[in-house]
Order: sequence, then structure tokens, then C-alpha cells
Amino acid sequence: MATEVLKKEKKVDKAKKPQMQNFDGKAAKKRKNDDTVNSVRRARHGWIITLFFSILSLAWIAPIIIVLLNSFKRKAYIFRNPFGISKFTLSEGFDKWKSGIHTTFNGLQNYTNAINKTEFFKAFGLSLFITVCSVALILLCTSMCAWYITRVKTKITKAIYILCLFSMIVPFQMVMFTLSKFANMLHLGNPVGIIIVYLGFGAGLAVFMFTGFVKGISIEIEEAAMIDGCSPLQTFFLVVMPIMKPTIVTVAILEAMWVWNDYLLPSLVLNINKYKTIPIAIQYLKQSHGQIDWGAMMAALVLAIIPIVIFYAIAQKYIIDGVLSGAVKG
Amino acid sequence: MEKSIKKYWPIFVVPTMLAFLVGFLVPFIYGIFLSFCKFTTVVDWKWIGGANYTKIFMVNGKLDTTFLHSLWYTALFTAVTVVIINVASFSIAMLLTKGIKGTNLFRTTFFMPNLIGGIVLSYIWLMIFNAVLQKYSMTIVTTQWTAFWGLVAVVCWQQIGYMMVIYIAGIQNIPGDVIEAAKIDGASGWKALTKIILPMLAPTITICSFLTLTNGFKLFDQNLALTGGNPAKMSQLLALNIYDTMYGTTGWQGVGQAKAVIFFILVAVISLIQNRLTTKKEVDA
Repeated sequence: MATEVLKKEKKVDKAKKPQMQNFDGKAAKKRKNDDTVNSVRRARHGWIITLFFSILSLAWIAPIIIVLLNSFKRKAYIFRNPFGISKFTLSEGFDKWKSGIHTTFNGLQNYTNAINKTEFFKAFGLSLFITVCSVALILLCTSMCAWYITRVKTKITKAIYILCLFSMIVPFQMVMFTLSKFANMLHLGNPVGIIIVYLGFGAGLAVFMFTGFVKGISIEIEEAAMIDGCSPLQTFFLVVMPIMKPTIVTVAILEAMWVWNDYLLPSLVLNINKYKTIPIAIQYLKQSHGQIDWGAMMAALVLAIIPIVIFYAIAQKYIIDGVLSGAVKG
Repeated sequence: MEKSIKKYWPIFVVPTMLAFLVGFLVPFIYGIFLSFCKFTTVVDWKWIGGANYTKIFMVNGKLDTTFLHSLWYTALFTAVTVVIINVASFSIAMLLTKGIKGTNLFRTTFFMPNLIGGIVLSYIWLMIFNAVLQKYSMTIVTTQWTAFWGLVAVVCWQQIGYMMVIYIAGIQNIPGDVIEAAKIDGASGWKALTKIILPMLAPTITICSFLTLTNGFKLFDQNLALTGGNPAKMSQLLALNIYDTMYGTTGWQGVGQAKAVIFFILVAVISLIQNRLTTKKEVDA
């Protein structure tokens, strides 16, 4: 994820200035956009497109619906009859069809199975703990670091910035072996230690985004605060951080999506026998010889998707905005 | 002001930099060093020069094509996904900026798979693919091509919504009066698209193409969960090939690390080209 786009420093300077004005002007700009849509681009046969997209949207979420449906079926019927709800067809008679439904489904059996096999609630708690703590730590440390290296101009701060940019283009495979071995040697193979690893590997993108933002904040506000007697720490937490809020939300969402879904890093760094995050727990439902208990798997997938859907429903606007600005600025 | 902040570096910079050293910088530099060594852990290294690099292509005097195959397979996969994802997401974005009813709902729906991680996503599709393919007594890993198109489908499903969001933002930034003026001057819909909308979207297109390009090159989770590299390592993309060399074959850690260095150079070159293109585009604009 730290992958996104790498752009030159001077580009950021240029891009950030109009960005700053946007915070106030955002609503007005949006309204203007809607007007533009109305006058120029409105489709003549809008309903045809609406119909087309309604069907396409249904097809789009169909895989998830099918998994939901199959999560209530007996193991044997998941592949024998993946898209239907009964063992028999309606042409074989209604009663037979109805009894076929009973043999196909087995209630919540798969769910209890999945929860036991994956220790789902433990995995969920672990994923939640790692994600929340990593993101909180990344936000705190990297925003402080970014402010410092923008405000204090030395060769070292310049080098730190370049290193952070550089780390964004390095794929994880490049460091996975050495990183996991070092993490072991430093005893970071536990839920607390991995937070530090995430801070280290996720710092590049976060520092880059925060630096871009701080460059656009006028220094006068901070100077005024310091003249009024604020220490640098007070200035940062009372003055700078509140201004940074939009970028904090963006970085939080980008890093949270990465950490929550990450498989390879935790599977290499964590002691896998003791700690399994949700992606690892699901991957380990597949046994070493490749056999999968599909009943439990279906239920586990549904359980894994539910928190994401809830989170998406609550924070939809922030997520889409965050991902967007991450892609465009990153 | 700079002076008074300066002495606060232990609080502001040191925590991030310590983690950065442990989590990135030291492993990175040491990783390059280890690619020239024979080792099984990080302490028992023995310098062997470029032998790991030659071993990628030549084993016991014979040409080994596994890495080349996965390089080629990855390149093909990336090319196909870049085209499909960008064309599809651009088309959807064009239609969704026409102010039709339900735009927000559609946008929300298309974007959703992007939030689900690669592992979960792949098992959803693995079940569906195998359920459909069993009618033809096949599975997703029957040949490297079923695996290929399976991976393409999963990745498209995941990323089309993401790119669509970026395209929508790009299209909405084109001032309406430009298109209006073109329409008044008698430009057809096709002309307006190719002569006005596409050129004005050039920066967005660059961003999306390179995002899909690097995503394709670095794909791992989906590959691991959906095909596991089967049949017989034929569907291994680069990232999985490196992982497999490093952890699946004893004594080959050095070769895996050497492959990782090559992989890093490939990804870095792509990023630098993109960097060049985006900065140049901006000067033009």
C-alpha cells in the first residue's frame, strides 16, 4: 500500500496550496459540480442507465450473496447445488422441493464450526487490537515527525524525507526475510511488538502525506502561538494537530485498510501458533494438504465480511474521500 | 522559531526513526547484502558473490525457466488487468457522472470489494469458480490459463471500484463550460470524448494506470489463496515465486533474496517512470 504514486517534492508544494483553500470551499465546490452535471452532462435517457446499473450492481454483490446463502448449507450441498436452495427442482413436486430445502440447509452449524475452528472472536480481537493501536501510533509519531522535518530545515531532516519517499516504492518481499528475522531477534513477534513493525514499515506513506499538508499551513499561526508562550509540544498538539484533522482522517483510513487486511507481514512476524489475525485464521482453514472444510469456510468468510460492511456503512464518505486523496496525492 | 523546535528532536523524530530503522531501513540494506550470501538465518551468512543471481537462471549448468516463466506470466497478467480495469472503470465513471438516479448507491456498491482483503476475497471466488467449473469437471487450477483468468476476474472485481472513484473525481474536475462550448460548436459525443475529455483526464489516466500496474506486479494474497501457484508452480506471479523460493525450498533463501532484489528494481523502475511522467504532465498543463 505504501506503494501508491511517488511524486516530486516541488509538485506537492504546488498541489497543496489550492488544497488548503478547499477545506472551506469544499461544499461550495461540490454544489457547483452538481450544477455542472445538471446542465451539461445529464443523460437524456437516464432511466436506461439506472436500470443497467441496477442489474450490474446486483451482479457485483452476487458473490457475497452466494457465500451468505451457502454459509447456511450442509457441506455436501455447497458444491452439489451452489446457487439453488433445494436438493430437488420444483418440477419434481412442491412437497419434495420443500423437503429438499430442509436437507440442504443446516442452520447455524457452519457458524459454530467456523468459530471453533478459527477461534474467530480471538482473531477478531487480535485484528482489532493490532489495527487500532498501529494506526494510533502511526498517526501520533509520523505527524510529529513530519511537522518537525518540515519546520526544521537541516541536511538530516531532508535525508529523512527522502528515505520515507524511497520506502514507499520498496515492495514488502524485498525486506520480508530480514525483517521477520530481526523482529524475532528483538522479540517483536507478539501483538505489541508488531505495532512497532507496522509503524516502521508504514511510516513512509504517512510521513509523506503529513509533510505535504504541513507545507501548506502558514507558519504565522505557529509563530503567534510560540510568541504567546507555547512550547513546541503545546504548539504542535494545540495548534497544528487540529488543523491537520482532514489529513489525519485520510492517513488513518489508508493505514487501517492496509493493516486490517494484511496477511504476509503478520504471518511472518507473529508467532503463528499463538496469534492469528482474521486473514491468517482464514488462510489456515486450508489444511497443509490443501483440504478445505467449505462449510466452515463459508461461515468464516461471512463473519470476516460483516465488520467491514458495518465499518463501511458508518464511515463510507470518509473512506471514499480518504482513498481518493491518498491515491491522488500519494 | 526553528531554533526553539530544533532541540525537541528526541520527542518528535526519534520514535518514528527508530521504528523506521527496525521496520525498513536495516532489513532493506541487510537484504541487499544477504543476496550475495549463502544463509539460512540472518547470522550464519557466508559471502558467495553473485552465485545466487546466476542460480536464478541456471541450476547445475541447466537453464531454469521458473523465474522467467513467472516474470512473463506476471507481465501478461499486469497488462491484461491494466487494460480491463482502466477501460471498465472509466466507462462506469463516465456513466455515473451523468447525474442519473441512484449514482451514490451504485458508487458505494462498486467500491465495496476494495475494502475486503485479498485473502477473504479470493476464497469467495474460489468457491464460486470451482462450483461453476465442476460441471466441466475442472477446477480453477486445472491449467495455468484457468488460474490466469480466475486471478484476472478477482483483481478486476476488487479494483474497478477503486479506480472508478478516482476517474469520477477526475471527470468532475473538467469544467462543464468547456464541454458545453464544444457541443455548441457542433462536436459529437465521440469527438468531445476523444478531443476534450480524454486529454483533460491525462493526469488521472496516468495515476490509475500506474496504480493498477504496480498493484498487478506486486499481487500476492490473491495468488496465494486462489491458486497457490498451482498447477505445478505454473500460476506463480513474481511475489509468490519469491516467497516460495525463500520459504518453500530449503537452502534457497539466498536465491529468494536475490530474486527479491530484482523484483525491487523492477518495481522501482516502474515508479520512477511514473514519477517522470506525472511531473512532466503537470508542466504541460
